[in-house]
Amino acid sequence: MIAVYLLLLIPLAGMLFLSRVRDSHQAGRINIRFNSLSLVASLWLAVDVLLEGPILSHSQMLYIDSFNVYLIALTAFVGLTTSIFSGPYMAHEQELGKVGKKRLRLYYTMYQGFMLAMYLVLTTNNMGVMWVAMEGATLATVLLVSLYRTPESVEAAWKYFILCGVGIAQALFGTVLLYFAAEQVHGIQETALLWTVLHEHASSLNPGVMSIAFVFLLVGYGTKIGLVPLHNWLPDAHSEGPTPMSAILSGLLLNDALYAVVRCKMLVDGSLGNHQAGNLMMGFGLLSFLVAALFLHRQTDIKRLFSYSSIEHMGLMTFAFGIGSPWATFAALFHMTTHSLTKSAIFVTVGYASQLAKTQRIEKIRGLIRTQPSIGWGLLIGTIAIAGFPPFGVFASEFLVLVATMNDYPWLTPLLLIGIGIAFAGLFRHIQPIVYGDVPEGQTAIRANMLPVMIHLGIVLFLGLAIPAFLGNWFNQATLLISGKLPL
Amino acid sequence: MAITELSHYQQAILLLASLIVLTSFLMLGQSRLLRLVFIFAVQGILLAITTALAADVLDSPHLYISALLTLTLKGIFIPIMLQRLVLNMGLHRDMETLPNPARVMMGGTGLVVFSYYVCLPIVKLSPLITLNTIAISMAVVLLGMLLMITRRQAVAHVVGFMSIENGLFFAAVVSTYGMPMVVELGIAFDVLVAAVLFGVFFFHIRSSIDSLDVDQLNRLNEVEK
Repeated sequence: MIAVYLLLLIPLAGMLFLSRVRDSHQAGRINIRFNSLSLVASLWLAVDVLLEGPILSHSQMLYIDSFNVYLIALTAFVGLTTSIFSGPYMAHEQELGKVGKKRLRLYYTMYQGFMLAMYLVLTTNNMGVMWVAMEGATLATVLLVSLYRTPESVEAAWKYFILCGVGIAQALFGTVLLYFAAEQVHGIQETALLWTVLHEHASSLNPGVMSIAFVFLLVGYGTKIGLVPLHNWLPDAHSEGPTPMSAILSGLLLNDALYAVVRCKMLVDGSLGNHQAGNLMMGFGLLSFLVAALFLHRQTDIKRLFSYSSIEHMGLMTFAFGIGSPWATFAALFHMTTHSLTKSAIFVTVGYASQLAKTQRIEKIRGLIRTQPSIGWGLLIGTIAIAGFPPFGVFASEFLVLVATMNDYPWLTPLLLIGIGIAFAGLFRHIQPIVYGDVPEGQTAIRANMLPVMIHLGIVLFLGLAIPAFLGNWFNQATLLISGKLPL
Repeated sequence: MAITELSHYQQAILLLASLIVLTSFLMLGQSRLLRLVFIFAVQGILLAITTALAADVLDSPHLYISALLTLTLKGIFIPIMLQRLVLNMGLHRDMETLPNPARVMMGGTGLVVFSYYVCLPIVKLSPLITLNTIAISMAVVLLGMLLMITRRQAVAHVVGFMSIENGLFFAAVVSTYGMPMVVELGIAFDVLVAAVLFGVFFFHIRSSIDSLDVDQLNRLNEVEK
């Protein structure tokens, strides 16, 4: 129980503390320390949940079960490795004169602010607070997207702010409707918006209201997941912001928004008793998956390339959660893990690659393997992993999604296979010349710490070969919770 | 049901709802920024009155707090901030030409009808006549979006955005007598931070494209042109 409070207090303290640290090198190191403390707290919490089952705080405001506890651990882990990367990276950007000390202070403060918002989204039991925290995550990151103050980055940040703001407002309307439905059942109460209470009485919530509410919730949180056609902010924000930001946006924010949608789906499923919510998610997910795969071919900016790949994978996960069978749910949970580990590793590598080539334009980044083998191989292996090649974990999770689809909706399998094929071609036509092409004149190696990348890819590789018992147990429990059955 | 059969409270709520949606339409047709901000302030004040009325009639004191929050934030703080920004940046002299105001108004009316259509299952659900107002609040949300779509001024976008929040808040007050206190405080905090950030952004946008016309923010595209 203490671990949950610690988890929320550490980033809060980090925010307050880092807003006072003037020396940016030191701030980078302090940021790492706060993130490692959070990781320790999250692991403590994970052990607690593993041993004692779901935890509900005394005020009922916080609720941890096997579904969110593994996302919390994942969030803390990716937050830590990205902060290890971010210190030297941002120092280098400062040397290049792209950012000043003041803005770096803002950067580190908001890094912790973003982590706080993410932990709050994951731990809260109150659907309203979840909305507030999700909006808080937007507010924390919007100034970071425009950190470099270039016209492009200001435009990206404005788009991000307006689109996500308006999008998430729809989710608030959905939340109001949710509260309205709950009040019909048990009157005006402070507890009526608690997820545990709602879930318990899901079958008595009015189906008409709940189905309208879910449309709004899906559109609202779906904007943050980056579902097509609400995705326009995502590539811009990823490409124009600092690279560590792209890594945590892709690896954490998208996951947590999807988490919110799945929580809502669990309530709606309980109320409606049919597959309506699932169908909506499948439709949106499949559309995002296919459209993003096609867009991969037409990109000229390396960070935009990989942000479209994020949309594609988030689409696939939304689709899998939409199917709703135990296998599909297991696969989606697994894919959340493998994707966010792989994608944040890729963004770290891409950050180094664009510092090396001094540009983000794909046609100008060439010959990475010859200039600096660690970055070149890192990018190549990361791309192989994200494209879904065995023996990496993404292959295993995508394969599971395919199997689940074949089981329930066989006629959709060809679409998925075609999409995976198109995405693979789209990634490799860009990445191959980047990695193998001729070295441009004057390109020299830079100082790069590839340890976070290697750890991430190592874990993804390991997950492709074997799932450790405790992780499998979490996934099983979460699947049981979401779909009502065990996968096997 | 004839309107005279309703209690005074319900009649008052219906009146306020219609006034709020009227302010939304006024904003839609207003081409001067300062007046737009003024109408937005009126909407905020109407919202605060609705909340205070609900608090009084339903005897739920926590709604007084949220009425006060709404009044200070939406009725006073944000409009004054926007007004000062508009004056400081010298935007009050520009008049935005609205293409096809008649068509925009017609579109707005269509949105109101659409909201009623969507909310039918909810309105049927309960004898409360005030549920009617859920449709109104959804219309305010949609009209706010329409305002954002038809304008090119960043300030008008912010007003549209905040008016969407007004619609949501109205829905919460009339359908459920407000959200739980902790949620309401959280939302108010978010709105406050958002308003401040918008102010910061105006300066960033102006220093990067030398105007606040968001149509000129067109450097980033889905694919290379």
